[in-house]
Amino acid sequence: MRRAPRRPAVALLVVAVAAVAFFALPLLGLLQQARWSTLVDDLTSPGARDALRLSLVVSLGATALALGLGTPLAWVLARAAVPARSLLRSLVLLPMVVPPVVGGTALLAALGPESPVGGWLDDAFGVVLPGTTTAAVLAAAFVAMPFYVITVEGALRGVDRRLEQVAASLGAGRATVLRRVTLPIVGPSLVSGAVLAWARALGEFGATVTFAGNVEGQTRTLPLAVSLRLQEDQGSGIALSLVLVAVSVVVLAALRDRWLRTP
Amino acid sequence: MTLLADVRVRRGALDLVVDLAVASGTVTAVVGPNGAGKSTLLAAVAGHLALDAGRIALDGTDLDAPPDVFVPPEDRRLGLVPQDHLLFPHLSALDNVAFAPRARGVPAREARARAAALLERVGVGAVADLRPRALSGGQAQRVALARALAADPAALLLDEPLSALDARTRIEVRRDLRRHLVGFAGPTLLVTHDPVDAFALADHVVVLEGGRVTQAGPLAEVTARPRSRHVADLVGTNLLPGTAAGTTIRTDGGLEVVVAEPLHGPVLATIPPTAVALHRHAPEGSPRNRWSGTVADVDRLGDRVRVRLAPPVGLVAEITPAAAAELGLREGDPVWASVKATEVTAYPR
Repeated sequence: MRRAPRRPAVALLVVAVAAVAFFALPLLGLLQQARWSTLVDDLTSPGARDALRLSLVVSLGATALALGLGTPLAWVLARAAVPARSLLRSLVLLPMVVPPVVGGTALLAALGPESPVGGWLDDAFGVVLPGTTTAAVLAAAFVAMPFYVITVEGALRGVDRRLEQVAASLGAGRATVLRRVTLPIVGPSLVSGAVLAWARALGEFGATVTFAGNVEGQTRTLPLAVSLRLQEDQGSGIALSLVLVAVSVVVLAALRDRWLRTP
Repeated sequence: MTLLADVRVRRGALDLVVDLAVASGTVTAVVGPNGAGKSTLLAAVAGHLALDAGRIALDGTDLDAPPDVFVPPEDRRLGLVPQDHLLFPHLSALDNVAFAPRARGVPAREARARAAALLERVGVGAVADLRPRALSGGQAQRVALARALAADPAALLLDEPLSALDARTRIEVRRDLRRHLVGFAGPTLLVTHDPVDAFALADHVVVLEGGRVTQAGPLAEVTARPRSRHVADLVGTNLLPGTAAGTTIRTDGGLEVVVAEPLHGPVLATIPPTAVALHRHAPEGSPRNRWSGTVADVDRLGDRVRVRLAPPVGLVAEITPAAAAELGLREGDPVWASVKATEVTAYPR
């Protein structure tokens, strides 16, 4: 019996290898160009320490905001009888597809000192958002929250409603059902949604630089510091980049069950 | 104590009108094809669905009486054993059973002690620490029963409690379930599509078709005298409780029935009416079971004729109108019935 020709598979394999190389080469380049001898100094310089601290504060602040606002929003999208649900969902997901610079521009237009809201904040409280860490948190939350919302909404949709009905018939009120059945079942998704949002917030650049600006000690997070340093001292920029790569690898490892499992 | 359910609900294509009462310590089985409204009826009693009209009451207290009264599910004190067990996947068997007492404010330690005792009682104490995923179908169904009983319910609602089980497990769980239902003081409403389950567990049967009750009454009466072709198809089978010794079963009605596979102890034998052949004279040939009796009555149901034989034979035979005409059977006529041993299904009970 003649075997079917295998050539198309070989061609696919070649292209696939090229694709892998396309992903792997930049990483290898980063490792190859790294200035290992001064790595510790590069990461502990005052500017780098500030950027690390700010990145931590801003990304965690944005994640907290995403959890606090995003969990009820995900619940409403998944469960409540809201009009124009798909329109609402598109609005929530828009920051995922809109270029971050445009997002930052929009935030500036809405909350900057020239805007009605920004003017009111200034008049009433003397608060001017751009240039502050708060603005950096808002910018990061704007781009990161959709990741959390879609993850949690999907998980809530996947919960068998009959489990909640059974819980109710066993004497559990709505709050108890939420606390002891619904949330524990979607728990893993809350965590992975939060980690995804946190990773996105950590890498946020465009919206931050546009809306919050690039102010050392206030808004200059790791990505902003990397881009700035690459213009002056490539070695220290690469050192900071390696930190972000390391964080990403850890995130991916933490979420491997969810994203890397072959179905 | 009685569960009253006068249910009128319209839901999509289903227009459900059911009026039934279940007395304390008795089990009523609701039997019907898919889409007949069985699950909707149970959802309404459980409070997952509000009545359009009618009344649901337990021990004289209204649970749902539109437009004034609607008691939410968590305050109805009903023990629900849902289809496919629906155990909470994130809790161990023990914590599943402890859920109801915990929800009612019993301290964790006490709730878990009570749950452990209940698991022991339904025979699955050994799996207390396992998650539902790790349980077999039979174990999960027992845990689901323990979870419902842990709520200290005034009434039990069972939704197809045996349908997800394989044949062998089904027999065991059915037997255990029967024991627990006998020990339960309140009314029990059971939804099933299997007349054998209904016979093993229930005292009364309500046949539901297209949202309407087509027949209701004591189980033996409904299975022996179905009033419509549909009811006959659903529940109209010959159910013979008896005691087996090898391949011979002596029924409680005094009949000897030969079966193909040997069994011992108390059994329930079923013979489909279509498997019973009738003869004017003593038949010869392969059927191992041959009885002579007299015709009790003859009923025409749709395209079939149901001939009931008087006790002790007491069987129902379904034959074609042509065969009935040829035999010319009337009440009181002598007749022979034959059944192949392979047509008799027997379960331990």
